[in-house]
Amino acid sequence: MTLANPSELAQSHPGNLQPQGWLRYFSFSLDHKVIGIQYLVCGFIFYLIGGALAGVIRTELASPMADFVSRETYNEVLTLHGTVMIFLWIVPVVNGGFGNYLIPFYVGARDMAFPRLNAVAFWLIPPAGILLISSYFLAGAAAQSGWTAYPPLSLTTPAAGQVVWILSVLLLGGSSIFGGINFIATILKLRRPGLGLMQMPMYCWAMLGTSILVVLSTPVLAGTLIMLSFDIIAHTGFFNPALGGNVVVYQHLFWFYSHPAVYIMVLPAFGLVSEILPVHARKPLFGYVTMVYSIMAIVVLGLIVWAHHMFTSGTPPWMRLFFTIATSFIAVPTGIKFFNWLATLWGGKIALNSAMLFACAFIVNFVFGGITGVALAQVPFDIHVHDTYFVVGHFHYIVYGGTVFVVFASLYHWYPKFTGRMLNEDLGRLHFLLTFIGFNLCFAPQHWLGLNGMPRRVAEYDPSFTTLNQVSSVGALLMAISTIPLLINVVLTAFKGEVAGDNPWNALTPEWLTSSPPPVENWLGEAPLVTEPYGYGHTPGKEPSSPSVKQVA
Amino acid sequence: MKLPAVLVLSISTAALLLVGLWVGYNVNVLPIAASSNAPTYDALFKVLFSIGTVLFLGILILLVYSLVAFRRRPGDVSDGLAIEGNLPLEIVWTAIPAVVVLFVGLYSYDIYERMGGMAPMHDHSTMLAMASESSGTSSNAAIPAKVWAGIGVGVDASNGSAAALPVDVTAMQFAFIFHYPNADITSGELHVPVGQPVELHMEARDVIHAFWVPQFRLKQDVIPGQPTVLSFTATRAGTYPIVCAELCGPYHGGMRSNVVVHEPEAYQSWLAQNTPAPTTT
Repeated sequence: MTLANPSELAQSHPGNLQPQGWLRYFSFSLDHKVIGIQYLVCGFIFYLIGGALAGVIRTELASPMADFVSRETYNEVLTLHGTVMIFLWIVPVVNGGFGNYLIPFYVGARDMAFPRLNAVAFWLIPPAGILLISSYFLAGAAAQSGWTAYPPLSLTTPAAGQVVWILSVLLLGGSSIFGGINFIATILKLRRPGLGLMQMPMYCWAMLGTSILVVLSTPVLAGTLIMLSFDIIAHTGFFNPALGGNVVVYQHLFWFYSHPAVYIMVLPAFGLVSEILPVHARKPLFGYVTMVYSIMAIVVLGLIVWAHHMFTSGTPPWMRLFFTIATSFIAVPTGIKFFNWLATLWGGKIALNSAMLFACAFIVNFVFGGITGVALAQVPFDIHVHDTYFVVGHFHYIVYGGTVFVVFASLYHWYPKFTGRMLNEDLGRLHFLLTFIGFNLCFAPQHWLGLNGMPRRVAEYDPSFTTLNQVSSVGALLMAISTIPLLINVVLTAFKGEVAGDNPWNALTPEWLTSSPPPVENWLGEAPLVTEPYGYGHTPGKEPSSPSVKQVA
Repeated sequence: MKLPAVLVLSISTAALLLVGLWVGYNVNVLPIAASSNAPTYDALFKVLFSIGTVLFLGILILLVYSLVAFRRRPGDVSDGLAIEGNLPLEIVWTAIPAVVVLFVGLYSYDIYERMGGMAPMHDHSTMLAMASESSGTSSNAAIPAKVWAGIGVGVDASNGSAAALPVDVTAMQFAFIFHYPNADITSGELHVPVGQPVELHMEARDVIHAFWVPQFRLKQDVIPGQPTVLSFTATRAGTYPIVCAELCGPYHGGMRSNVVVHEPEAYQSWLAQNTPAPTTT
């Protein structure tokens, strides 16, 4: 695998950032590492925007009256918050960001299988994001029907904003599909000779599973949204009951993508955590084979659980029963992964640095969200709390407490590789503390609110819920503050941080077997063959089987 | 003195189970129970809460213990033990969640059945208004509109003998309108007697809404173009909120009403007061 531009290769100086290097990040670069960083930085900018939108929501909900923004604006804000956080922050960052940066290293390739498609996939995101945000200012009104865009509401709210929303999500979905195809091709076809499938780092398996879900389910969302746009623009009647359309069919089609989307957001996080824990616990990843099978079980089950989002939609009893059972059984492969992570820590030599703090907090948060998830899978339980703040609390424990915590853990873990410099540990711990406390203050009380009668997506609520809503808003404020030490840390240490060296964590996975930051095409010489990415703890007498492991030791 | 590991493990597991059961059955996080299926729901909730507490605390304790007991000591640059897996352990922690999930699934199926979720509509208990309609489960070719079943559709055995009170519910931006076909009353609030099954025939006029009474533990979407049915039996007199739970537009948060549960005599007098006099024109 060679890049199209050999001069770029010739100019590279391992271990040094080139003076003009930053310009690469604004270019149509074909280097998977540059594209990975582009995804991460772009995603983080949208995280700040989505966070500001969350700030508007929590400010509005600090009092029971709708008195901060107009009701229409509030619905625009909650729609944009959900859309930005899912399609512009979490999905691009855990898939495109870390996936692009790490997967070629992990399979021993010099780049992704389709570098140009890769660059196109990234460069679809900024225009789609700008389009989405600007609909608030330009089109008169942004979409107001939630990120779910259920018809007929999405057919009756201002059309321009809804159409721009559809266009933006279609572009982002296209980007996601391009990325998914690229990951599947890279993992299956660009593996270095000698590297078996069952020798790949776990993140490869997570990305393979995720990409299968992306490729199978995203086109369904695209088709559905195109039909919805026809209903809006051309007054067709797919989902318009006044023209004989069926509104429940939209929900089936929408959730056929959007439930797998949850796994598109959490499976990569499972993979990243599986890389981080062994390094800082100095132990092999426990139960590699069962971890692989549980990822694939989650992929299969993830495709047949969508209707648990529709238990109150007039869904027939047999369907409710089937989806209850299918959903409950996802807890089994997921549970296996958590027990295996705990077993990875057991008996290790754990360094509780910022990366590990975030990774371990992920376990706590996700277990909590998983338990409420199993409860929500039960039809009779769900009938009461569906579409309430209980659900809001639940899915933020999954996507924020789960995935976003892993994004932060990964940042502390791989930042030395990205930049050649270490992030500051004190600022990192402060960031962790503020995030962990803020997150739990914000979302734990929401479970009680939902159980006791507060529906989701409301700008006003019963005054008896005021106190806990204010606690939740204080938590949101702490989460906002927590980004300050993170930003200071990332910006300052990029220039003044302690120099990391090639392998500051003494890790065994292949991205650490090159300079920090790595050169274009990843290795100056031949790509190393790492067949035991988790071969920690081999006693001196016992020879590690892989030559590269020997090299590190 | 050092206790054997098996003993420590069994004592801590037993303690954990006790704590979980105590929390599940003593920490009340639910509102008042005011319908016949609410106690059934609450029983399921307590079981799930207990299991959840045991699992969450168990994993939390294991994690925190590992982080403390296996922390890297200063100056220690060695690795941990090279343990790559353990098949019996893997089988144990595949089996435990599988058994728990199977139990939870079967138990909640039982609860669902007791709430009437699986039962077809009882023909003898349906009123005249229902004669032209049918639930989705008992199909009838002559029926024009397909009724989508909500939970609590089949009235359970204890009150199956009592005739159900039919109420037509129309949801629109941003109100619920209740029509009593037998008495020709139209009301913005739902009035029902204690102890009598009520059958709501619901349809939306514009967008999707949802009918939710937290104290009844019941929710059903109200859909344009697709009638839905929801049955319940109120068990406790009082006034409870009806909340719209599906985003329906700018005033979604303000789309609320009340269900007033009367003692039977009080309900009769409400009926008498509100029934339009047939002679007046």
